[in-house]
Amino acid sequence: MLKDRTHLEKAEWDEQEALQVIAQFASLKGGLMEALHGLQHAFGYIPTESYELLADAFNLSRAEVYGVKSFYHDFRSEPAGHHVIQICQAESCQAMGSRRLTSHVQNMLGIKLGETTHDGHFTLEAVYCLGNCAVSPNVTLDGRLHARMSEQAIDNLLKKAAL
Amino acid sequence: MSDLVKIFVPLESTALSLGADELVLALLEEAAKRGQDVEIIRNGSWGMSWLEPLVEVVAPQGRIAYGNVTVDDVPGLFDAEFLTGGDHDLCQGPTAEISYLKTQDRLTFARCGLIDALSLDDYQANGGFQGLEKALELTSQQIVDQVTDSGLRGRGGAAFPTGIKWNTVLGADAEQKYICCNADEGDSGTFADRILMEGDPYCLIEGMIIAGLGVGATEGFIYLRSEYPLCKEILSEALINARSQGWLGSDIRGSGKAFDIAVRMGAGSYVCGEETAMLDSLEGKRGMVRPKPPLPALEGLFGQPTVVNNVLSLASVPIIMAKGAEFYQDYGDRRSRGTIAFQLAGNIARGGLVEKAFGISLRQLIEDFGGGTMTKTAIKAVQVGGPLGAYLDDLDLAMDYETFAEAGAVLGHGGIVIFDGSVDMAEQAKFAFDFCAVESCGKCTPCRIGSVRGSELMAKIQAGENAQDNLNLVKDLCDVMDAGSLCAMGGMTPIPVLSALKHWPQDFKKEDFKVKS
Ligand SMILES: Cc1cc2nc3c(=O)[nH]c(=O)nc-3n(C[C@H](O)[C@H](O)[C@H](O)COP(=O)(O)O)c2cc1C
Ligand code: SF4
Repeated sequence: MLKDRTHLEKAEWDEQEALQVIAQFASLKGGLMEALHGLQHAFGYIPTESYELLADAFNLSRAEVYGVKSFYHDFRSEPAGHHVIQICQAESCQAMGSRRLTSHVQNMLGIKLGETTHDGHFTLEAVYCLGNCAVSPNVTLDGRLHARMSEQAIDNLLKKAAL
Repeated sequence: MSDLVKIFVPLESTALSLGADELVLALLEEAAKRGQDVEIIRNGSWGMSWLEPLVEVVAPQGRIAYGNVTVDDVPGLFDAEFLTGGDHDLCQGPTAEISYLKTQDRLTFARCGLIDALSLDDYQANGGFQGLEKALELTSQQIVDQVTDSGLRGRGGAAFPTGIKWNTVLGADAEQKYICCNADEGDSGTFADRILMEGDPYCLIEGMIIAGLGVGATEGFIYLRSEYPLCKEILSEALINARSQGWLGSDIRGSGKAFDIAVRMGAGSYVCGEETAMLDSLEGKRGMVRPKPPLPALEGLFGQPTVVNNVLSLASVPIIMAKGAEFYQDYGDRRSRGTIAFQLAGNIARGGLVEKAFGISLRQLIEDFGGGTMTKTAIKAVQVGGPLGAYLDDLDLAMDYETFAEAGAVLGHGGIVIFDGSVDMAEQAKFAFDFCAVESCGKCTPCRIGSVRGSELMAKIQAGENAQDNLNLVKDLCDVMDAGSLCAMGGMTPIPVLSALKHWPQDFKKEDFKVKS
């Protein structure tokens, strides 16, 4: 099943690329959030090397940059696995069995919410509401939303992703 | 070749999550195979989410709907001559006659599902920009007065009168003012903002421009949650189109008035839906709640006078301007005027969006519209108004702000989550604390620490450890959180906890055993 491990090695830090990303947002009012999104898009996470550059661009201290980055659930400190599964943990999906669905996936992958499998294939995450509550329970796989998830449906999704 | 037949398939998150894109390909392939000429139009969703993907065919007799269509159904639909409205198991009849839709009061959502969301022609052909055109003839004060007279109250949760908020911003003297649209829609059980932004983005844009004209602001931001990537794409394209037609920019349709809008993304924080946390986040900071005063209306974004309104508050403004304050006032009861978008979620047979005048009962919504639970089991609890809303067992409440306030509950953003007997209300109470612990901005101790202690206490109660003493501690803790929190995150977390305890005390009574201290 395991194809390669490169994803677990940190995406190559490239200062030039980081500077280019940051430059796009440096003149925006309050652009730090957008710059963080941009960096995560480029590298898959927010490399610590970028704090210095962000601090320079937005006239902040490194600590302030870290403070902002660490406040938001979306911004990663480490790259994620090959595939990211999010399972909604909020009330509407709870009412449709998301707790059971979550244990099922946890058992299947042998990891808990917030963890990545040893082979680096899957990262499993909690999410609080995907805004698709009329057709709960909901999950995302690599950013794509899937509704009315049963244990079988999620098995099929994960099998397809593992191929 | 046969005549060209138009088919609507929503480009909307629910439909996509149930295979709408694959369906479009299958429809096109099957049509080509059969030598049928079809045009697929991507509309928004009507909000009949349980029927998604909902395919509509423009037949000679009008738009005919087919619900829950999968790729496997496609050949059978062609065999049944669905292109001329032929009968089929999935056929729902004419869209406009589906009672779920027909019995709604569609004001804000009048165009959702009806039109290609990104077509400016469709928008204008169906009443779009009529409100703005009228507003361009009025003074700022006249615009604000009309919104005040309509009785519109904020649909984001706090239900503050929109016109009064605008009047404060209008009265403030400043070089720069802002309109900030709160599109953070974090409450579980809610998706109406999303359906509107995906299905009728120009309606929100029009509402924001009118707000700008009303208070004298030239810049607007839409603070969009990162869980809504499709909204971002649709809004971004809609903004480009609106700009190219002169509806946005430095000279709106030759009026000499300026207004423009940018979309900014959140990053997975619930508390950033609180308006002042949202402003900090828009400024590129941690999403910390600010003390009030100063009011955002006077010192908001970058310290300037700012209107913060929910998506649906802003999207209700165009029809108020177009049809008048009285028209809007005529819907609803008491001090709850107009319509509100209810959202049926959780364990519900016909989940989706229901726009109705205030005053309908919870039971009518759940039974008549929603068809009871999906699992056909009995309802045990209903949470209205998101994670900070009460768990209710009385379905005969009227859905208006006053009735809910009297019942110690909130309508919030109109989310309704239905649970059957499988739910353990002690578990839900524990979750309310857990959620608060995850999402607290950290400013106040009762919220930041109290939520963690509350969760620990609930775990003990669930294990039957000194249950009665610990329940008393939970109640005390709720008092402290209620009294000692800066915002509703900490201040209202006690509502779901205490309502669960009040209506379902048996769920909190596990075998009690005393632990020696
Ligand atoms: C924790 C918390 C989360 C909130 N989340 C939202 C939200 O996602 N969307 C929203 O419009 N309002 C939300 N609000 C309410 C806003 O603070 C504010 O009242 C609203 O945006 C004002 O707009 P309105 O008057 O049009 O409703 C939230 C409030 C709190 C305390
Ligand atoms: S109540 Fe909680 S979320 Fe609100 S300001 Fe205080 S700590 Fe922040």
